Amino acid sequence: MPEGRKIKVVVCKPGLDGHDRGAKVLARALRDAGMEVIYTGIHNTPEDIVNTVIQEDPDVVMLSMLSGAHNALCPVIMEKLKENGIDDVLVAVGGIIPNEDKPFLEKHGLKGFHGPGTELKTIVEFVKNNLKR
Amino acid sequence: MDYSDLIKRLLNNEPRAAARLITIVENDITAAEEIINSIYKYTGNAYILGVTGAPGSGKSTFISTLTKILVEQGKKLGIICVDPTSPLTGGALLGDRIRMKEHFTLNNLFIRSMANRGQLGGLARATEDVIKILDVYGCDIVIVETVGVGQSEVDIFKSAQTVAVLLQPEVGDDIQAIKAGIMEITDIFVVNKMDLPGVDRKVAEISQMLELESSFKYSSDDFSKEFTKIRKWTPEIVKVNSKTGENFDIFLEIVDHHKNFLKETSIIESYEKNRIKNETLQILKHKLTKKVEKLISSNSEIEKYINLVMDKSLDPYSMANLIIKLLGIE
Repeated sequence: MPEGRKIKVVVCKPGLDGHDRGAKVLARALRDAGMEVIYTGIHNTPEDIVNTVIQEDPDVVMLSMLSGAHNALCPVIMEKLKENGIDDVLVAVGGIIPNEDKPFLEKHGLKGFHGPGTELKTIVEFVKNNLKR
Repeated sequence: MDYSDLIKRLLNNEPRAAARLITIVENDITAAEEIINSIYKYTGNAYILGVTGAPGSGKSTFISTLTKILVEQGKKLGIICVDPTSPLTGGALLGDRIRMKEHFTLNNLFIRSMANRGQLGGLARATEDVIKILDVYGCDIVIVETVGVGQSEVDIFKSAQTVAVLLQPEVGDDIQAIKAGIMEITDIFVVNKMDLPGVDRKVAEISQMLELESSFKYSSDDFSKEFTKIRKWTPEIVKVNSKTGENFDIFLEIVDHHKNFLKETSIIESYEKNRIKNETLQILKHKLTKKVEKLISSNSEIEKYINLVMDKSLDPYSMANLIIKLLGIE
């Protein structure tokens, strides 16, 4: 990393899910760990998220999902990122992700899967250790 | 590093190339130098509009509504939102995109959030460079949203051709807060949230303040005041409602008016000269600071000077003069 480089993170709430307490707590924790965090608010479509990633050029995208729509939305987001040639961004999903869904999401390139009760420290370390560039 | 491929893609208006170049100029000042060196000749087409105001005055919402109108007119827009970096952790939470959500998908719009990374003045160090990249990217207008201002975050007027300052009714303190620096750099006062009571009183307060200002406005001759001296524009006041878009047509008319004013009076030329002078000064400050820091940490003479100052046989001013001699730039 060149001098002055900051880890840049986009935190999103994809789909019809208005519960963003977790996303906000996470955004603050990452900020307090010295990262630059962009929070995009609730009800983001996959297009919103991909456009944000194109323009903001972050190192990490964190999707907070409590709605159960992860299997439907995450692959679409990954597909659109790929279409735009974005392959050096760590994409993590967290929130309520049942264990049996993880292999499917992993197959699509998603990581993380931090659920309720995860220590914020753990997520900060996860981000620092899994950067793709 | 070779940036020619990215620059070629930038000239082809590729958003990813613009985004990556912005990341590079933010993080690495040496690389920024190389990149600006290659693209500078393509700059100068975008109109730069600065939007500033106290925290909570509605800057993001105002810009969001303005964006909608300008994009519908077929303009290509770049938006730079600057938010503060925590002085304790170095981290930042950038939330301006939340209020600009409805435009995420538009093609002729490029929004970029920036943390100020400790720079005072309401902008980030790299803001000038990012403006240039968005200019070359083909934006007709670049809107720069500053950090929520207090009294001295006035750097925006050195970068923007037109500066709009947002105020809101029923908040008494903001006039107090702005009368020092902000008042003198403003081209357009926007009283936002015009649906709230007290809006006309706010307009009256501003025009009163402007009358007071004009009497001493051109009397100072220090460097920073050169900017005010070349401006003989009388600031306009407009009240708007950012939620409904009411009076935005008037705001845009005033912007046009100001744009033409700058052109007709050829103020824009002296403005541009001052902008270049100031930008270069900033770069010089940065470079010289780096040089001095390097010298101080590596030169053995310095330790001797410090001891002399401790013995009181030298004072810090004289020591500074000796260091300037060492640098050879007297």
